[in-house]
Amino acid sequence: MPSLMILIPLFGVIILNLVFAVNSRMKKAAFWLALAIFSLQVVVAVFHHPALWNDSLGRIDSFLNVSFFVDHLSFIMFICIGMVSIASLFVARYGMKDEDDIFKFINLLIMASIGMSGIVMVKDIFSLYVFMEITAVSSFLLIAFPRSLESLEGSFKYLILSSIATVLMLTSIGILFLAAGGTDFDAIAAAIGASYENALVLAAIGLFICGLFIKGGLVPFHGWLPDAYTAAPAPVSVLLAGVVTKSAGIYTMIRITTSLLPHYQSVNNILMLVGTISIFAGALAAIGQDNFKRMLAYSSISQMGYIILGLGTGTILGIAGAVFHLLNHSIFKSLLFVNSAAVEKEIGTSDMNRMGGISQKMPVTGTTSVIAFLSTCGIPPLSGFWSKVIIVIALWQAGQYAYASLAIIASIITLAYFLSMQRRVFFGKLRAGLENLKDAEGGVLTVSVVLAALTIGIGIFFPFVFNTLILPVKEILVR
Amino acid sequence: MIAFLILLLLICGAYCIVVTRSMIRAIIGIELLIKAVTLLIIAAGNMTGRTATAQSLAITIIIIEVVVAATAAGIALWVFKRTGTLDVRNLRNLKG
Amino acid sequence: MTIINIDNALLIVTAIAAIWTVMGRSLLKATIGLAVTSAAISVIIFRLESPLAAVFELSVCAGLITAVFVSAISLTKPLTHKEILYASKDRMKRYIYLPVILLVLGAALAFVKIWPGLVIAAPAAASQPEARSLLWDFRRLDILGQVIILLAGAFGIVLLFGEKKNK
Repeated sequence: MPSLMILIPLFGVIILNLVFAVNSRMKKAAFWLALAIFSLQVVVAVFHHPALWNDSLGRIDSFLNVSFFVDHLSFIMFICIGMVSIASLFVARYGMKDEDDIFKFINLLIMASIGMSGIVMVKDIFSLYVFMEITAVSSFLLIAFPRSLESLEGSFKYLILSSIATVLMLTSIGILFLAAGGTDFDAIAAAIGASYENALVLAAIGLFICGLFIKGGLVPFHGWLPDAYTAAPAPVSVLLAGVVTKSAGIYTMIRITTSLLPHYQSVNNILMLVGTISIFAGALAAIGQDNFKRMLAYSSISQMGYIILGLGTGTILGIAGAVFHLLNHSIFKSLLFVNSAAVEKEIGTSDMNRMGGISQKMPVTGTTSVIAFLSTCGIPPLSGFWSKVIIVIALWQAGQYAYASLAIIASIITLAYFLSMQRRVFFGKLRAGLENLKDAEGGVLTVSVVLAALTIGIGIFFPFVFNTLILPVKEILVR
Repeated sequence: MIAFLILLLLICGAYCIVVTRSMIRAIIGIELLIKAVTLLIIAAGNMTGRTATAQSLAITIIIIEVVVAATAAGIALWVFKRTGTLDVRNLRNLKG
Repeated sequence: MTIINIDNALLIVTAIAAIWTVMGRSLLKATIGLAVTSAAISVIIFRLESPLAAVFELSVCAGLITAVFVSAISLTKPLTHKEILYASKDRMKRYIYLPVILLVLGAALAFVKIWPGLVIAAPAAASQPEARSLLWDFRRLDILGQVIILLAGAFGIVLLFGEKKNK
C-alpha cells in the first residue's frame, strides 16, 4: 500500500496529460482530479486502517522491492501534505485566471506532493535524496512559475543553495556508504553505532545536518527562504511554507536524529542551539519587515526553531511536542499565507504600508488571520498554545531551564510583531483608496474558515488529538 | 590519491560558486561539486567491493543532475531575457 | 614503480581540467573545461571497475550537459571586446586565490598527518551481481524516482521553453 501513495498521484499526472489536456473544459476538470487525489491522501492517512497499510496490499511493494517506513509520524506528514496541497490548489484557482496556467501548475503541484510523500516514507538514505530532489525541482519550477524577474531570482537562489545542500548530503551519503556498504537506514545505523567516534563518520553526520539546516531554512543557512517565499506566486508560498521545508528539512531531521543518531548528545545540543537562534533571529527580523509575505516568512523561520528546539530535547515528550507543533504550524501558517494571497490579490500589493483597516471590508479574512496569529503566539486555547507548552515542559523536564525560559520570552516577541502587523493591516482606520475592497471569493474563504476551524478545534479537543494522533509518534524512539 | 582529487574538485566547485558573477558559471560550479560526489561514491564502492551498488547510485545521481542543470539553465535564460545579462549582481532586488 | 602511470596521469589531467574550468576566461571555455573534466572522470570511473557508470558519465555529463550549456550560452548575448578586457582584469583579482588556496591546502594535508584517524573499518566485500540487474532488482524505487524526476523535468521544459503568449 505505501507505494500507492506515490503511484496513484503519478498515474493521476499521466492521466491528466493524456486525457485532460485535450481542451479547455477538460483542463478545468483537472482541478477536481487533483482535489480528489489530495483528499484521498488525507482520508487514508487520517483513518489509517491497518487493512490498508499492512501486508494485505503488499503486492505492489514487493514488486517495487522496497520496504517503507510508515508509522504515525508519516501519517501526520501525509495529512499535512494533502491538506496544504488542497489549500494551495484553491488559492491557485483563485489567483490564476488562465486555465492553461492552472493546468501546468496542477501538474507541478502533484509532482511536488509525490516527492514529499516519498520523503516521508522511504527507509533508505539514498532514496531520500532522490525524493528530495523531486520535491526541490518541482519547487524551483513552481517558484519560477510567473517568470517575473523577482520570481526567477528567488527560484535561482533557492536552486543554488538547495544544490549545495544536496552536495553536502551526498558527500555524507558517500562516506556512510563507505562505512556501511549499503544505504539502508538499518545498515547505516549499525555502521554509525560501530564506529561513532571516527572523524570521517562525524564529518559525514555534520555535513548531513548542515544540508538539512539549509533545506529547512534554519538561521545560519536561511538566506534563500525569505526571498523564495516572497517571490513565489501566492499558492506556491502556501505550499513552501506549509510543507516543503517541513518535509525536506524538519521531518528528515526528526527521522535521522531518532533512527540514525541516538548515540550523540552533541547533536541534540546543536539542535537546541540552532533552534533558539532561529527563534530569536526570525522573530526579530520579522519585526522590521514591511512586506506581509516576508514577515510571514521570517515568522516561519522562528516557528521552525521551536520544532527543532523540541526535537533537541531527545525525550518522548519533546519529540511529540515538536511533531505537534509541526502539524499546528503547517495549519496556521498556510492559513496566514492563504489570507495573504487574498489580501495581495484584492489590494494588488503585499506592502503593509499600503494597507490598513481592511478587516472592515474583508471580515472573514481578517477574523481567520486573527485566529491564526493568536495561535502562532501561543494564546490559549488555540492549537499553537498547547504545542508550545508541551515543548517548554519537555525542555524543563530535560533540565534545560535556560532554553525553556528563552522559548517563553520569544513568544512575547512573536506577540509583538503580530500585533504590529495586525494593527497595520487589519485593524484601525480604513486606508484611503480601499473603499471598494471586497472579500475574496468563496473557495478561498472556505479554505480559510476550515483551517481556522482546525486551529480552534485542535486547541479545544487537545487531549483527544494529542493522545490519538500525536502520542503514538513515540514509537520512533522505541524502535 | 583519489581522495585528493575529490577534495580538489569540491574546492574548485565551491570557489566557483562563491566567486563568480555569472549564473551559468555558478551552475558549472555545482556540476563540478556533483562530479566530485559521483567520484566519491564510485571510489567508495570500489574500496568496499560493492561496485554494482555504487554504479546504481551514481547513475541515479547523474540522471537527476541533468534535470537540475537543465532547469537551472532554463531559469538563467529567462533572467537573461528579462535583464539582458547573466550577471548575478543584478539579482539583488531581494535581500536575504 | 614509476610515478607516472596511467592512473596518476588521469588524476593530474582531471585536476588541471577542473582548475581550467573555474579559471577559464570565457563561458564557452569553462564549458569545454567541464566536458574535459567529465570525460577524464569517466575514464577514472572506468578504471575503478564501474563501466556502466562510466558510460553514463561520458554520454550524459560530458555530452548532454555540455550541449545544454553551449545552447544556453549561444542564446545569451556575448560580451563586447571592451567588456571582456575590463572583465578579465577584474577576474584575475578574484580568481587568483584558487591556486593559492589549493597549494596551501595541499601542503597542509601533506604535512599534517590526520589520515590514520580517518580510516573506516569497511565491511567485507560481498559477492555482487552486475549493476544492470542490481539497479532493477534492488533499487526499483530509485528507478521510479528517476522516472518521476524526468517527468518533472519535462514539465519544466514545457514551462520554461514552451510557447507562451507574451504578457
